[in-house]
Amino acid sequence: MTGSYEYFVLQLINGITLGSVYGLIAIGYTMVYGIIGMINFAHGDIFMVGAFIAIITFALLGVAGITWVPLAVLIVLLVTMLLTPVYGWTLERVAYRPLRRAPKLAPLITAIGMSIFLENYVQLLQGARNKTMQPVIQGGFEILKRGTFTVSISYLQILIVVLTVGLMALFSTIIARTSMGRSQRACEQDLGMAALVGINVDRTISITFVVGSALAAVAGLMFLLNYGVIDFFVGFLAGIKAFTAAVLGGIGSLPGAMLGGFFIGLIEAMWSGYFSVEYKDVAAFSILVLVLIFRPTGLLGRPDIEKV
Amino acid sequence: MTAVTASDMPVRPLHAPAVLKEAGLTAFVVLLLAIGLVGFETVDVSAGIALRTRFGDVAAAVVIAFLGRIVLILQREGRNRIVLVAMAIVSALLAIALFGSTIGKWAEIPALRDFQHLLPFKDPLLSWLILIVALYFAMRAARGLHHATRPLSAEERDARLDRAGARAQRVGRWLGPLLLLLAIALPFVANRQIIDIATLVTTYVMLGWGLNIVVGLAGLLDLGYVAFYAVGAYSYALLALKAGLSFWICLPFAGMMSATAGVLLGFPVLRLRGDYLAIVTLGFGEMIRIILLNWYTFTGGPNGLSGIPRPSFFGLPFSPDAPEGHQTFFTFFGLDYSPQARIIFLYYLILALALITNLFTLRIRRLPIGRAWEALREDEIACRSLGMNPRNTKLTAFGIGAMFAGFAGSFFATRQGFISPESFTFIESAVILAIVVLGGMGSQVGVVFAAIVLIGFPEFFRELQQYRMLAFGGAMVLIMLWRPAGLLAHREPTIKLGSGRYAERSRT
Repeated sequence: MTGSYEYFVLQLINGITLGSVYGLIAIGYTMVYGIIGMINFAHGDIFMVGAFIAIITFALLGVAGITWVPLAVLIVLLVTMLLTPVYGWTLERVAYRPLRRAPKLAPLITAIGMSIFLENYVQLLQGARNKTMQPVIQGGFEILKRGTFTVSISYLQILIVVLTVGLMALFSTIIARTSMGRSQRACEQDLGMAALVGINVDRTISITFVVGSALAAVAGLMFLLNYGVIDFFVGFLAGIKAFTAAVLGGIGSLPGAMLGGFFIGLIEAMWSGYFSVEYKDVAAFSILVLVLIFRPTGLLGRPDIEKV
Repeated sequence: MTAVTASDMPVRPLHAPAVLKEAGLTAFVVLLLAIGLVGFETVDVSAGIALRTRFGDVAAAVVIAFLGRIVLILQREGRNRIVLVAMAIVSALLAIALFGSTIGKWAEIPALRDFQHLLPFKDPLLSWLILIVALYFAMRAARGLHHATRPLSAEERDARLDRAGARAQRVGRWLGPLLLLLAIALPFVANRQIIDIATLVTTYVMLGWGLNIVVGLAGLLDLGYVAFYAVGAYSYALLALKAGLSFWICLPFAGMMSATAGVLLGFPVLRLRGDYLAIVTLGFGEMIRIILLNWYTFTGGPNGLSGIPRPSFFGLPFSPDAPEGHQTFFTFFGLDYSPQARIIFLYYLILALALITNLFTLRIRRLPIGRAWEALREDEIACRSLGMNPRNTKLTAFGIGAMFAGFAGSFFATRQGFISPESFTFIESAVILAIVVLGGMGSQVGVVFAAIVLIGFPEFFRELQQYRMLAFGGAMVLIMLWRPAGLLAHREPTIKLGSGRYAERSRT
């Protein structure tokens, strides 16, 4: 069965769904890296916070009696996209902004500190146990069938991919067309120069964190809908994999982040499907190492020239 | 820059709407932060999850944020008197609320107990925290009134702390031996629990010193240090269990295995820049853990390895009776059997291992390779221009750091008698890194200091265990913000051109 064409298609669908989630998180990494040159280690935990806000909102809607699924999902999406970025904004304001001129290791260490802090903050407030949620979106299309083995695309998977592609398109347009996107790109090229031509650098960086966190929040919601189980630690692995995706796609490049996300998702799904589920994380890390050794600029990245 | 004191500065009039707006914004942000995760608690019930509300805590947080921001503004504008009075009142009220019932019972004033309703949060610990912060602000305001000085600028503070770091290193010259004497004398005066804690702290001191070679001297941020600790622990456990070798033969092997793992993992990745390196080492740490977790036949998977042999005193076991034809530690020295002996022996063992690490680091700093590490940390491009091979230089640091982790790991295995992948998670790496960073990268005394604070104190306050990691992350952030180089950092080159043989003597 594992050798069949249908099984491959099944894993392909799973991989693309997973890749959407990673891709959305990876955008946050890549944008922050592009603009201030640091790895926002706590970004995975922002994703986790987003998932928790989503599950709380779902429970609240259940209490309020709003059970029409499209409306409920829309409300949850808006709430988590509104509340999660506040964490991202605060993170930047408190932990990174004061250290913008400090030695390079300093912001990375505060990032690790913030990551530990956020994980334990959520653990203290929401408990250490897994939170499970009943599936919200059910049903799907059957696309392939051989004997008893059927391959179907669920409505949820369609929603995830469509939402990801839609957000990606919206986001690319914002970066390419609006004045906010222009200042973002300017800051990415040269912070000092951008400040000289009158761009509010602090605000641009804040907006970068807010946007990145909003996308991570969407990813958190998708993760919750897809797996139905979250705990305070989900951000750690998802964060590392998304970072791998960002590096694979070429850090600093937005389409690269998305592409890298799909790649990582596919590799993980295929690896779980054909080799062993236990070592799927090892596969992701190995890819990170291999990419960094053989092509540090990633698939779509520009070479980074170090000036003295 | 000329010195300006507060008395020269005109006190600007405060613009009330602006102050309120700033404070209101802070309160609003705190409201948005708190409303979701603090306001609702998810509770597991059979049919999914239910919610419990905690709006009281949210309201308290918002009010405290609002008032706290106003206090901060007042302080910034030099209104020390108002701040002092306000903070004194707040601390007094909180203190009465916290101790009210105790004092009330003692002084027979039952009314004092009613002050308990003043506590903003259900958890008394948070009120304690607010009390401490309020006292701190009161103190700062009082000092401001008294000395009429303006707050130090970041550079001045850094310079001051630099001097403090230098002083700490000078003091370290006699403080080190003193601490050592204390450490040696400890088992004679302390009870078993304290020796156990001291053993744990010393293990982390050793790990901190080992990581200090990598992070402090060579400037390589290693987030997967615990992997080498794990390799050492598993090497010893497997060699002892499967090959039946004794601790003293396994120890060098475990170190070698870890060093080999360090060199193998480091070889491909050490040319990467700082933050990439950090993530890759983190990935390696996780990879090794996952492999340990899944390789059932070899490592026992999640069940770990148990029944790891205890160390012997160079072949003399610490057991009540020896097998046929052998002697125990007690019969050999003609002592009475005491279960305490092994605990004390383990303590001295890790103390000796830690001291070897320290001595090694201190000596190697003065060798060409040590100087090369520090040079590389300061400026890689300059080093490359001078014909140094950065990769090999980094590899030696990585390998040596890993070796010491391996030693510590085999000690851990023999002390616990049981190991499993649970003990080697990323959090452990973060804890060791925090010890190095908080102590001040490159400072040996700082590591001891930080290990005592981070590992020793929480052991004494077991009931606060659940807040430990939270405080940990918070402390990492605050210390970095306050002093990006670490508390006792004193990054002076060990040698300097010009006056004096050692740098610190030439510095005033």
